[in-house]
Amino acid sequence: MRYLKSILVVAVLVIASAFTTNIEDSYKIGDTVEDFKLKNIDDKMVSLSDYPDAKGFVIVFTCNMCPYSVANEDRIIALDKKYKGLGYPVIAINPNDPKAMPGDGFAEMKVRAKEKGFTFPYLLDEGQKVYPKFGASRTPHVYIVSKPEMKLEYIGAIDNSSRNPNKVTEKYVENAVDALLAGKKPMKTETRAIGCSIKTL
Amino acid sequence: MIKKFFYFLYFIFFLFSCNKESSKSEFKEITTVKSYTYNELKPMLERADGKTYVINFWATWCAPCVKELPAFEKIKEEYKEKNVEVILVSLDFPKHVDKRLIPFINKKKLQSKVVLLDDVNEDFWIKAIDSTWSGALPATLIYNSKKRAFFEKNFVYETLEKEVQSFL
Repeated sequence: MRYLKSILVVAVLVIASAFTTNIEDSYKIGDTVEDFKLKNIDDKMVSLSDYPDAKGFVIVFTCNMCPYSVANEDRIIALDKKYKGLGYPVIAINPNDPKAMPGDGFAEMKVRAKEKGFTFPYLLDEGQKVYPKFGASRTPHVYIVSKPEMKLEYIGAIDNSSRNPNKVTEKYVENAVDALLAGKKPMKTETRAIGCSIKTL
Repeated sequence: MIKKFFYFLYFIFFLFSCNKESSKSEFKEITTVKSYTYNELKPMLERADGKTYVINFWATWCAPCVKELPAFEKIKEEYKEKNVEVILVSLDFPKHVDKRLIPFINKKKLQSKVVLLDDVNEDFWIKAIDSTWSGALPATLIYNSKKRAFFEKNFVYETLEKEVQSFL
Protein backbone atom coordinates (compact mmCIF):
# COMPACT_ATOMS: atom_id res chain seq x y z
CA MET A 1 0.00 0.00 0.00
CA ARG A 2 2.84 2.38 0.88
CA TYR A 3 4.63 1.38 -2.32
CA LEU A 4 1.52 2.24 -4.31
CA LYS A 5 1.32 5.58 -2.54
CA SER A 6 4.93 6.40 -3.52
CA ILE A 7 4.21 5.57 -7.15
CA LEU A 8 1.16 7.80 -7.02
CA VAL A 9 3.20 10.68 -5.58
CA VAL A 10 5.84 10.30 -8.28
CA ALA A 11 3.16 10.14 -10.97
CA VAL A 12 1.53 13.32 -9.68
CA LEU A 13 4.90 15.12 -9.59
CA VAL A 14 5.74 14.05 -13.14
CA ILE A 15 2.36 15.17 -14.43
CA ALA A 16 2.55 18.43 -12.48
CA SER A 17 6.01 19.21 -13.82
CA ALA A 18 4.77 18.62 -17.36
CA PHE A 19 2.40 21.55 -16.87
CA THR A 20 4.86 23.93 -15.32
CA THR A 21 7.15 26.18 -17.31
CA ASN A 22 10.82 25.42 -17.04
CA ILE A 23 12.92 28.43 -16.06
CA GLU A 24 15.13 27.59 -19.07
CA ASP A 25 12.10 28.25 -21.35
CA SER A 26 11.53 31.68 -19.86
CA TYR A 27 11.76 34.93 -21.81
CA LYS A 28 15.16 36.09 -23.00
CA ILE A 29 16.04 39.60 -24.16
CA GLY A 30 14.43 40.11 -27.56
CA ASP A 31 11.62 37.61 -26.97
CA THR A 32 7.96 38.48 -27.44
CA VAL A 33 6.12 38.71 -24.13
CA GLU A 34 2.65 37.16 -23.93
CA ASP A 35 -0.19 39.17 -22.48
CA PHE A 36 -1.75 38.09 -19.20
CA LYS A 37 -4.91 38.77 -17.19
CA LEU A 38 -4.43 39.15 -13.46
CA LYS A 39 -6.52 40.57 -10.65
CA ASN A 40 -5.69 44.03 -9.40
CA ILE A 41 -6.15 45.26 -5.84
CA ASP A 42 -9.33 47.08 -6.95
CA ASP A 43 -10.70 43.61 -7.79
CA LYS A 44 -10.71 44.36 -11.52
CA MET A 45 -8.76 42.23 -14.03
CA VAL A 46 -5.80 43.89 -15.75
CA SER A 47 -4.06 43.01 -19.03
CA LEU A 48 -1.32 44.75 -20.97
CA SER A 49 -3.83 45.18 -23.80
CA ASP A 50 -5.78 47.52 -21.50
CA TYR A 51 -3.14 50.16 -22.32
CA PRO A 52 -3.49 50.88 -26.06
CA ASP A 53 -1.70 54.23 -25.74
CA ALA A 54 1.32 52.88 -23.84
CA LYS A 55 4.67 52.72 -25.61
CA GLY A 56 5.79 49.93 -23.32
CA PHE A 57 5.72 48.68 -19.74
CA VAL A 58 7.90 48.52 -16.67
CA ILE A 59 6.79 45.23 -15.13
CA VAL A 60 8.00 44.80 -11.55
CA PHE A 61 7.69 41.54 -9.63
CA THR A 62 7.49 42.67 -6.03
CA CYS A 63 5.76 41.82 -2.77
CA ASN A 64 4.85 43.12 0.66
CA MET A 65 7.22 41.21 2.90
CA CYS A 66 10.66 41.12 1.30
CA PRO A 67 12.92 43.82 2.80
CA TYR A 68 14.50 44.37 -0.61
CA SER A 69 11.10 45.00 -2.17
CA VAL A 70 10.21 47.35 0.65
CA ALA A 71 13.51 49.21 0.23
CA ASN A 72 12.64 49.77 -3.44
CA GLU A 73 8.99 50.80 -3.08
CA ASP A 74 9.60 54.54 -3.17
CA ARG A 75 11.74 54.13 -6.27
CA ILE A 76 9.06 52.04 -7.99
CA ILE A 77 6.50 54.77 -7.27
CA ALA A 78 8.96 57.39 -8.59
CA LEU A 79 9.41 55.40 -11.82
CA ASP A 80 5.68 55.27 -12.38
CA LYS A 81 5.29 58.99 -11.69
CA LYS A 82 8.08 59.82 -14.14
CA TYR A 83 7.31 57.40 -16.96
CA LYS A 84 3.52 56.80 -16.93
CA GLY A 85 2.95 60.15 -18.63
CA LEU A 86 5.73 59.36 -21.11
CA GLY A 87 4.18 56.04 -22.13
CA TYR A 88 5.89 53.51 -19.86
CA PRO A 89 3.63 52.78 -16.90
CA VAL A 90 4.67 50.50 -14.04
CA ILE A 91 2.75 47.24 -13.63
CA ALA A 92 3.52 45.57 -10.30
CA ILE A 93 2.92 41.85 -9.84
CA ASN A 94 3.12 39.85 -6.62
CA PRO A 95 4.45 36.43 -7.69
CA ASN A 96 4.28 34.73 -4.28
CA ASP A 97 1.83 32.08 -3.21
CA PRO A 98 0.01 33.63 -0.22
CA LYS A 99 -0.34 30.13 1.27
CA ALA A 100 3.44 29.87 1.35
CA MET A 101 3.93 33.44 2.57
CA PRO A 102 1.31 34.82 4.92
CA GLY A 103 1.55 38.56 4.65
CA ASP A 104 1.66 38.43 0.86
CA GLY A 105 -2.03 37.78 0.47
CA PHE A 106 -4.46 39.82 -1.58
CA ALA A 107 -5.88 41.65 1.43
CA GLU A 108 -2.39 42.59 2.61
CA MET A 109 -1.52 43.84 -0.88
CA LYS A 110 -4.47 46.23 -0.74
CA VAL A 111 -3.32 47.54 2.63
CA ARG A 112 0.28 48.05 1.51
CA ALA A 113 -0.70 49.78 -1.71
CA LYS A 114 -2.91 52.17 0.20
CA GLU A 115 -0.28 52.86 2.89
CA LYS A 116 2.40 53.71 0.35
CA GLY A 117 0.10 55.33 -2.16
CA PHE A 118 0.91 53.04 -5.10
CA THR A 119 0.03 54.83 -8.33
CA PHE A 120 0.10 51.68 -10.44
CA PRO A 121 -1.75 48.35 -10.68
CA TYR A 122 -0.61 45.79 -8.10
CA LEU A 123 -1.63 42.40 -9.43
CA LEU A 124 -1.59 38.96 -7.81
CA ASP A 125 -0.10 36.18 -9.92
CA GLU A 126 -2.83 33.80 -8.82
CA GLY A 127 -1.89 30.24 -9.66
CA GLN A 128 1.69 31.46 -10.24
CA LYS A 129 1.53 30.94 -14.01
CA VAL A 130 2.90 34.31 -15.15
CA TYR A 131 6.16 34.72 -13.22
CA PRO A 132 7.71 31.44 -14.53
CA LYS A 133 7.19 32.67 -18.10
CA PHE A 134 9.27 35.69 -17.23
CA GLY A 135 11.77 33.58 -15.33
CA ALA A 136 11.45 35.91 -12.36
CA SER A 137 13.55 34.46 -9.59
CA ARG A 138 13.43 37.09 -6.86
CA THR A 139 11.62 40.15 -5.59
CA PRO A 140 12.06 42.80 -6.77
CA HIS A 141 12.73 41.82 -10.39
CA VAL A 142 12.08 44.26 -13.25
CA TYR A 143 11.17 43.47 -16.88
CA ILE A 144 10.88 46.27 -19.45
CA VAL A 145 8.72 45.49 -22.48
CA SER A 146 8.43 47.70 -25.58
CA LYS A 147 5.47 48.01 -27.95
CA PRO A 148 4.20 47.34 -30.54
CA GLU A 149 6.07 44.06 -30.69
CA MET A 150 5.87 43.41 -26.92
CA LYS A 151 9.59 42.83 -27.00
CA LEU A 152 11.55 42.17 -23.81
CA GLU A 153 14.21 44.88 -23.59
CA TYR A 154 15.58 44.67 -20.06
CA ILE A 155 15.74 42.26 -17.13
CA GLY A 156 17.06 43.06 -13.67
CA ALA A 157 17.39 45.60 -10.91
CA ILE A 158 16.08 49.16 -10.67
CA ASP A 159 19.52 50.68 -10.02
CA ASN A 160 22.97 49.74 -8.79
CA SER A 161 22.21 50.12 -5.08
CA SER A 162 19.13 48.02 -4.38
CA ARG A 163 19.45 48.09 -0.61
CA ASN A 164 20.37 51.73 -0.11
CA PRO A 165 18.72 54.47 -2.18
CA ASN A 166 21.31 57.00 -1.01
CA LYS A 167 24.16 55.18 -2.73
CA VAL A 168 22.68 54.95 -6.22
CA THR A 169 25.10 56.00 -8.94
CA GLU A 170 23.56 54.21 -11.91
CA LYS A 171 19.82 54.08 -12.58
CA TYR A 172 19.47 51.01 -14.81
CA VAL A 173 15.71 51.18 -15.45
CA GLU A 174 15.63 54.94 -16.05
CA ASN A 175 18.55 54.67 -18.47
CA ALA A 176 16.85 51.79 -20.29
CA VAL A 177 13.48 53.54 -20.63
CA ASP A 178 15.14 56.82 -21.66
CA ALA A 179 16.98 54.95 -24.40
CA LEU A 180 13.79 53.25 -25.62
CA LEU A 181 11.88 56.55 -25.65
CA ALA A 182 14.68 58.01 -27.79
CA GLY A 183 14.32 55.12 -30.25
CA LYS A 184 17.51 53.43 -29.09
CA LYS A 185 18.31 50.15 -27.38
CA PRO A 186 19.25 50.07 -23.67
CA MET A 187 23.00 49.93 -23.08
CA LYS A 188 22.61 47.48 -20.20
CA THR A 189 19.98 44.83 -20.81
CA GLU A 190 20.61 42.55 -17.85
CA THR A 191 21.61 43.30 -14.26
CA ARG A 192 21.55 41.43 -10.99
CA ALA A 193 20.64 42.32 -7.41
CA ILE A 194 20.03 40.45 -4.18
CA GLY A 195 16.39 39.70 -3.49
CA CYS A 196 14.06 37.24 -1.82
CA SER A 197 13.37 34.00 -3.61
CA ILE A 198 9.82 33.60 -4.88
CA LYS A 199 7.66 31.64 -2.48
CA THR A 200 5.87 28.52 -3.64
CA LEU A 201 4.44 25.67 -1.62
CA MET B 1 41.88 -2.70 45.47
CA ILE B 2 41.41 -3.73 41.84
CA LYS B 3 37.74 -2.78 42.13
CA LYS B 4 38.65 0.70 43.29
CA PHE B 5 41.09 0.99 40.40
CA PHE B 6 38.34 0.13 37.92
CA TYR B 7 35.95 2.61 39.52
CA PHE B 8 38.68 5.19 39.11
CA LEU B 9 39.05 4.23 35.42
CA TYR B 10 35.29 4.52 34.82
CA PHE B 11 35.35 7.91 36.51
CA ILE B 12 38.18 9.13 34.27
CA PHE B 13 36.38 7.74 31.19
CA PHE B 14 33.15 9.59 31.98
CA LEU B 15 35.10 12.71 32.80
CA PHE B 16 36.60 12.74 29.35
CA SER B 17 33.30 11.81 27.70
CA CYS B 18 31.61 14.70 29.41
CA ASN B 19 34.33 17.07 28.22
CA LYS B 20 33.75 15.98 24.63
CA GLU B 21 30.01 16.63 24.96
CA SER B 22 30.39 20.07 26.49
CA SER B 23 32.97 21.22 23.91
CA LYS B 24 30.44 20.42 21.18
CA SER B 25 27.65 22.45 22.71
CA GLU B 26 29.91 25.13 24.14
CA PHE B 27 28.97 28.38 22.52
CA LYS B 28 30.50 31.76 23.12
CA GLU B 29 28.13 34.68 22.62
CA ILE B 30 29.35 37.09 19.98
CA THR B 31 29.20 40.84 20.10
CA THR B 32 30.39 41.75 16.61
CA VAL B 33 30.23 40.40 13.08
CA LYS B 34 33.05 41.31 10.72
CA SER B 35 31.91 43.22 7.66
CA TYR B 36 33.53 42.72 4.26
CA THR B 37 33.30 44.44 0.91
CA TYR B 38 33.34 42.03 -2.02
CA ASN B 39 37.04 42.56 -2.67
CA GLU B 40 37.78 41.83 0.97
CA LEU B 41 35.62 38.70 0.90
CA LYS B 42 36.98 37.39 -2.39
CA PRO B 43 40.04 35.59 -0.92
CA MET B 44 37.65 33.53 1.23
CA LEU B 45 36.00 32.29 -1.94
CA GLU B 46 39.16 31.04 -3.59
CA ARG B 47 41.47 29.63 -0.92
CA ALA B 48 43.91 26.93 -1.96
CA ASP B 49 44.71 25.47 1.45
CA GLY B 50 43.49 21.92 0.94
CA LYS B 51 40.17 22.52 2.70
CA THR B 52 36.69 22.15 1.26
CA TYR B 53 34.68 25.33 1.77
CA VAL B 54 30.91 25.48 2.05
CA ILE B 55 29.88 29.14 1.67
CA ASN B 56 26.21 29.85 2.30
CA PHE B 57 24.68 33.20 1.31
CA TRP B 58 21.73 33.97 3.59
CA ALA B 59 19.99 36.64 5.68
CA THR B 60 17.90 36.69 8.85
CA TRP B 61 14.98 38.11 6.86
CA CYS B 62 15.06 35.24 4.39
CA ALA B 63 12.78 32.52 5.76
CA PRO B 64 14.01 29.67 3.53
CA CYS B 65 17.61 30.63 4.46
CA VAL B 66 16.89 30.40 8.18
CA LYS B 67 15.14 27.09 7.66
CA GLU B 68 18.19 25.46 6.05
CA LEU B 69 20.81 26.77 8.51
CA PRO B 70 20.65 23.66 10.76
CA ALA B 71 21.76 21.58 7.77
CA PHE B 72 24.90 23.72 7.41
CA GLU B 73 25.57 23.60 11.14
CA LYS B 74 25.32 19.83 11.06
CA ILE B 75 27.74 19.62 8.11
CA LYS B 76 30.19 21.74 10.04
CA GLU B 77 29.99 19.41 13.02
CA GLU B 78 29.97 16.10 11.14
CA TYR B 79 32.66 16.97 8.62
CA LYS B 80 35.15 19.10 10.51
CA GLU B 81 37.48 16.10 10.77
CA LYS B 82 37.32 15.86 6.97
CA ASN B 83 38.75 19.37 6.56
CA VAL B 84 35.42 20.96 5.63
CA GLU B 85 34.80 24.53 6.69
CA VAL B 86 31.40 26.25 6.66
CA ILE B 87 31.15 30.04 6.30
CA LEU B 88 27.77 31.79 6.53
CA VAL B 89 27.85 35.03 4.54
CA SER B 90 25.02 37.25 5.70
CA LEU B 91 23.38 39.74 3.36
CA ASP B 92 21.53 41.42 6.20
CA PHE B 93 21.17 45.18 6.01
CA PRO B 94 24.16 46.75 7.83
CA LYS B 95 21.81 48.78 10.03
CA HIS B 96 20.29 45.53 11.30
CA VAL B 97 23.52 43.86 12.41
CA ASP B 98 23.29 44.84 16.09
CA LYS B 99 19.52 44.57 16.44
CA ARG B 100 18.86 41.48 14.34
CA LEU B 101 21.92 39.55 13.14
CA ILE B 102 23.93 39.34 16.36
CA PRO B 103 20.92 38.42 18.55
CA PHE B 104 19.95 35.82 15.94
CA ILE B 105 23.40 34.22 15.95
CA ASN B 106 23.41 34.09 19.76
CA LYS B 107 19.88 32.81 20.05
CA LYS B 108 20.49 30.01 17.54
CA LYS B 109 23.99 29.36 18.94
CA LEU B 110 25.44 29.26 15.44
CA GLN B 111 28.84 27.60 15.53
CA SER B 112 29.80 28.28 11.92
CA LYS B 113 31.71 31.44 11.10
CA VAL B 114 29.34 34.28 10.19
CA VAL B 115 30.51 37.30 8.20
CA LEU B 116 28.61 40.22 6.71
CA LEU B 117 28.92 41.10 3.04
CA ASP B 118 28.31 44.83 2.73
CA ASP B 119 28.89 45.96 -0.84
CA VAL B 120 26.40 47.97 -2.88
CA ASN B 121 27.84 46.87 -6.25
CA GLU B 122 25.57 43.85 -6.31
CA ASP B 123 25.39 43.54 -10.09
CA PHE B 124 29.17 43.23 -10.17
CA TRP B 125 29.80 40.80 -7.35
CA ILE B 126 26.77 38.56 -7.92
CA LYS B 127 28.08 37.86 -11.42
CA ALA B 128 31.66 37.52 -10.12
CA ILE B 129 30.69 34.94 -7.49
CA ASP B 130 28.82 32.93 -10.11
CA SER B 131 27.70 33.87 -13.61
CA THR B 132 24.49 31.84 -13.20
CA TRP B 133 23.43 33.42 -9.89
CA SER B 134 20.34 35.61 -10.25
CA GLY B 135 20.87 37.17 -6.82
CA ALA B 136 18.13 35.23 -5.07
CA LEU B 137 18.76 33.88 -1.57
CA PRO B 138 19.53 31.29 -0.35
CA ALA B 139 22.52 30.31 -2.47
CA THR B 140 25.55 28.13 -1.70
CA LEU B 141 29.05 27.89 -3.11
CA ILE B 142 31.05 24.72 -2.44
CA TYR B 143 34.67 24.55 -3.55
CA ASN B 144 38.07 23.05 -2.99
CA SER B 145 41.18 22.70 -5.14
CA LYS B 146 39.50 19.92 -7.20
CA LYS B 147 36.02 21.21 -7.81
CA ARG B 148 33.75 24.25 -7.65
CA ALA B 149 29.94 24.34 -7.79
CA PHE B 150 27.24 26.94 -7.17
CA PHE B 151 23.69 26.18 -6.04
CA GLU B 152 20.84 28.68 -6.22
CA LYS B 153 18.47 26.56 -4.18
CA ASN B 154 17.39 25.40 -0.72
CA PHE B 155 19.12 22.44 0.87
CA VAL B 156 18.06 19.84 3.39
CA TYR B 157 20.76 17.97 5.28
CA GLU B 158 20.60 14.88 3.05
CA THR B 159 21.02 16.78 -0.23
CA LEU B 160 23.72 19.04 1.21
CA GLU B 161 25.65 16.09 2.60
CA LYS B 162 25.49 14.35 -0.78
CA GLU B 163 27.01 17.38 -2.49
CA VAL B 164 29.72 17.83 0.15
CA GLN B 165 30.64 14.15 -0.07
CA SER B 166 31.12 14.49 -3.83
CA PHE B 167 33.87 17.01 -3.09
CA LEU B 168 35.78 14.79 -0.67
